[in-house]
Amino acid sequence: MRALVAQLRAELTMVFTNGETVLLTVGIPVVFLVFFATVHVLPIGTRHPLDFLVPGIVALSVMSTSMTALGIGAGFERGYGVLKRLGTTPLGRPRLLAAKILSVLAIEIAQVIVVVLVGLALGWHPGTGGSGGAHGIETGPAVAAVVLGSIGFGGIALLLAGVLKPLVNLAVANGLFVVLLLLGGMLLPLTKFPTWLADVARLLPASALADGLEHALGAHTPVTGTDWIVLAVWAVAAPIAAAATFRWE
Amino acid sequence: MEQPAESREPAPDHAPDAVGGPGSEAFSCDELTIRYGGRVAVDRLSFAGRAGEVLALLGPNGAGKTSTVEALEGYRRPAGGRVAVLGLDPVRDRRALVPRIGVMLQHGGVYPTLGPAQVLSLFASYYDHPRDPGELLELTELTDVRRTPWRRLSGGEQQRLALALALVGRPEVVFLDEPTAGVDPEGRIGVRRIIATLAETGIGVLLTTHELAEAERLAHRVVIVHRGRKLAEGAPAALAAAASDGSIRFSTDPGIDTASALDAVPDGWELHEESPGSYRLSPTGARGGTDRPAVGGGLPDTLGRGTAAAGPAYGPGAPDVIAALTGWLASHGHALGELRTGRTLEETYLAITGQARQDGTGGPPKERAASRDEVGR
Repeated sequence: MRALVAQLRAELTMVFTNGETVLLTVGIPVVFLVFFATVHVLPIGTRHPLDFLVPGIVALSVMSTSMTALGIGAGFERGYGVLKRLGTTPLGRPRLLAAKILSVLAIEIAQVIVVVLVGLALGWHPGTGGSGGAHGIETGPAVAAVVLGSIGFGGIALLLAGVLKPLVNLAVANGLFVVLLLLGGMLLPLTKFPTWLADVARLLPASALADGLEHALGAHTPVTGTDWIVLAVWAVAAPIAAAATFRWE
Repeated sequence: MEQPAESREPAPDHAPDAVGGPGSEAFSCDELTIRYGGRVAVDRLSFAGRAGEVLALLGPNGAGKTSTVEALEGYRRPAGGRVAVLGLDPVRDRRALVPRIGVMLQHGGVYPTLGPAQVLSLFASYYDHPRDPGELLELTELTDVRRTPWRRLSGGEQQRLALALALVGRPEVVFLDEPTAGVDPEGRIGVRRIIATLAETGIGVLLTTHELAEAERLAHRVVIVHRGRKLAEGAPAALAAAASDGSIRFSTDPGIDTASALDAVPDGWELHEESPGSYRLSPTGARGGTDRPAVGGGLPDTLGRGTAAAGPAYGPGAPDVIAALTGWLASHGHALGELRTGRTLEETYLAITGQARQDGTGGPPKERAASRDEVGR
């Protein structure tokens, strides 16, 4: 337990003392939230922008932490020989992965708090779904969607970090972040996409998470079965693929 | 044929009980073979290191040193043969073994944004009975930079931190891959002192290095490998003695009267000025420069530094020759600079590996040995 706590503390220290990571995980989501809540350019019809934006930005935050930041960090740790060196310590793979998972969840909690507080400050009314009536939010499904999404994104991150060289991994992780940001329905609704592209996008974990959170936090409607299936498949398949390709060096 | 040195020289007295008692086996390779695809990086390599002993693995780039160390560390599964550390299989018994070993990688291995104090405290948390991080910072002279992120440390400081990390778990065996690479001369002295202390406290040490003078000072025994195969094994002095052509090398004023000097020494010697002021007095007919010990570890294996066990590094009667030579120099007013019998480990190493290159030994006959870069770790 002492090793796990120390490793978790080190993981969190490295995240919060790294300017790029803080910018990626907190700065970019908050800037997007404030910008698109202030400048009304989103094609979302008559809905209040924040009902669409806050769930989408929460999904974006989760993706930035559990996929991009985790993947880039793990890639560089492998490049610097850190993972290799840890392989000859008693820390072991389970505790290392547990520390990484816990650090991701801790950061996500912080992100959600920041995004929700900024959303509230901008005038967001959780769970009204644009109807003007307060219905509250579906906390359970929202948390479940975030956990499933984090596992899926984390699996993708470790899969990339395990097979790509650090600089290639850096480029791919950032590129994937932008692609999933655009196709994930976080800022642009999938209803505005061509049908074929929307159909493809719905199979991505980003769109499933964003849509699920919109149902749970914004519209106060049940998360769709499609969203759950997509999230669950990614949450199972990506970690399995990552575990199969994981290397200490 | 000389007797095996085990029967001539006991294990160092200073090695206390550690691994399994003084001189017990700390690590071993038995016919170790490592392949990367079709390439053979290590070819039936055998050697063993003992508690309280520093064993240096020497060889040119691509000789298979790092691959061998990584097999012992459990990173590589041998394609053939067997490796053991503290009697355990490094891959199969990994969980039991890692708390008992210390590893210093050739490069990196440290979180780049953390400082030495943070990293040492973190690594200390992995072990049940770690050494005090503050004490290790002092030992490795990193106290002044304890908060400086690893990526801003100098190359020498990074190496010293990697060494400290290898020691934090109170290991019984340490593997040090190029421990003084990039370290300044002062820092090297400190690192060597630490390594020597490790052996004195009964820890088995395997180090790889390109610093042959360092291996000569530190190592009780060296194993020279080339293209994955062992060329020679033994105490540095024993290797140098076996590779010696019996010459006496000395330096004095340039252009001395070599004919007159040669008249002063007994018959059977010849004298050459190899470079201005540097002379070699050799037994007549000595080949010089290309002699080498038996390939494949045929040299006597010794415990400890064993200069006495290594025997004289010059031919019978050489003390008389030295006396005659120095007498002649004194009588002719020539100051004696350096005087050396036998070879340094560096000269021995170059002779052995150079000969292996010339005659094509030390490598699989048809398969090319792979270099570290080629195999893509």
